Amino acid sequence: MTWGPRTKETLLSLPSMVWLIGLFLVPTLLVFAISFRPSTPFGGVGEGWTLETIRGLANPNYPTIIWRTVWISLSTTAICLTLAVPCAYFMARAPVRWRSFLVMLVIIPFWTNFLIRIFAWKIMLHPEGLLKKFLLMLHLVEPRTILMYNEGAVLLVLVYSYLSFAILPIYAATEKFDFGLLEAAQDLGATRLRALVQIFLPGISRGMITAALVVFIPALGSYVIPEIVGGPSSEMIGNKIAQRVFVDRNLPHASGLSALLTLAVVVPMLLVLMLQRRSPSGLSKPEGRA
Amino acid sequence: MKRSRIPLVTMMLCLVFFYLPIVILVVNSFNQSRFSSRWGGFSLKWYEKLFADRSIWFALKNTAIIASAATVTSMVLGTLAAFVLHRYASRLQKLHYTLVYTPLVVPDILMGMSLLLLFASMNIQLGLTTIYLAHVTFCISYVAMVVLARLQDFDFSVIEAAQDLGANAWQIATGIFLPLLAPGILAGGLLAFTLSIDDFVITFFVSGPGSSTLPIRIYTMMKHGNPPVINALSTLLLVVTFVLVWLSQKLNVERSTA
Repeated sequence: MTWGPRTKETLLSLPSMVWLIGLFLVPTLLVFAISFRPSTPFGGVGEGWTLETIRGLANPNYPTIIWRTVWISLSTTAICLTLAVPCAYFMARAPVRWRSFLVMLVIIPFWTNFLIRIFAWKIMLHPEGLLKKFLLMLHLVEPRTILMYNEGAVLLVLVYSYLSFAILPIYAATEKFDFGLLEAAQDLGATRLRALVQIFLPGISRGMITAALVVFIPALGSYVIPEIVGGPSSEMIGNKIAQRVFVDRNLPHASGLSALLTLAVVVPMLLVLMLQRRSPSGLSKPEGRA
Repeated sequence: MKRSRIPLVTMMLCLVFFYLPIVILVVNSFNQSRFSSRWGGFSLKWYEKLFADRSIWFALKNTAIIASAATVTSMVLGTLAAFVLHRYASRLQKLHYTLVYTPLVVPDILMGMSLLLLFASMNIQLGLTTIYLAHVTFCISYVAMVVLARLQDFDFSVIEAAQDLGANAWQIATGIFLPLLAPGILAGGLLAFTLSIDDFVITFFVSGPGSSTLPIRIYTMMKHGNPPVINALSTLLLVVTFVLVWLSQKLNVERSTA
């Protein structure tokens, strides 16, 4: 039995493509379609088309929640990058036999169950927990202060959850960076800061862009962290989606919110794709990005 | 050149930040007292309580069934996808690559939501089967990416040599390709297995009555207070994680020395 190369390629591509089209692409498109369907009283999706959901999205609470989601995600990304760059630098400059050990130390939290990590912080932040005792000892908080159920706690646990996501791609880029360039720049009279900002950061910009994406995108969709350590004043869009599904059983409304979130995720992705097209080497000068 | 201390200090602070909560959790799983700030003496009572809880065993069974089935399916589909993506460069493969890559960057809640809508609009009963379908969907991409990375340094001249010597496609696949690529496929499978055991968000959206997995059980317990039993359960899961990370690192080392 002989097949042409085209037929063979198509046949071999079929299993994974059919699976992903059926269970990833079609469902994603459904999110947009069902936003225009009416809801039924039993939590199902009704027949016909309506703009009911779109009108429902004008709920005056939503702009605040969307703004908070974006703000918290951006802050998480900024904090993670700020911490990850020095860590990656340290790891890349460490003696080779230390490097794989350090990578392992960073990877373990990344593999640890997501719920366990959140739970560990719930214990830390608990009114009877260690962090509170410690802060009381330093007279940094009052006995009545509650560390949990606010935006600060959500931000802290988000950073905790995504920091290793940020360190790994930046480390991968830093490891390939030629540190001789930094010494050369300083020999030529650049200050250490100037060498870092103009040579080092552009040199690892690809790793930083990847890191920013892998932190920002999941942060936008966070739902468990604000649910567990946050309160009503720190809800994010993910919480609203879950409430529409599990509390009100209003699938079309949940679809409308999910469609919004999908758009919010696609925009930064396209932006990064465009940026990477323009500077394929990742070594473009910082001025060139303006 | 004088080295700055900022990288060292940041690294140390980050490691403390990473491990302090985990260490406290493990220590507390042996704490007689239920409050983390008070040491009531060494005790295994939380572990005894954990083992006596039938709902945990039930959830563990579900998790094991789903993770094994999803791992096997995604290893087959992911490896095949990686092979085709590496072998051919066509417009079809560009589309194929986008399909494999995009699930990696989509937030869990969107994947869970979209699959729930699919199952709801097709009137499919939520349960172990829907969880299995969802897990395979996100595992395929991870397996494909791991295997694809290994294929970058795969020497295809071996296959051409075998073809010249008259081997047929089946002999090449089972006699050369799979044995040589086995560490990569296993590493991908290990990742898929861990991801499946750990997944909460997607599972929560597509699970039905009687299909609680371990993470769903943990979440339900967490929502209703801080039972110290979770400390014991988390400690056991941490041990499993350490073993899995160690195994996958070993697979990595074997590859670099081979």
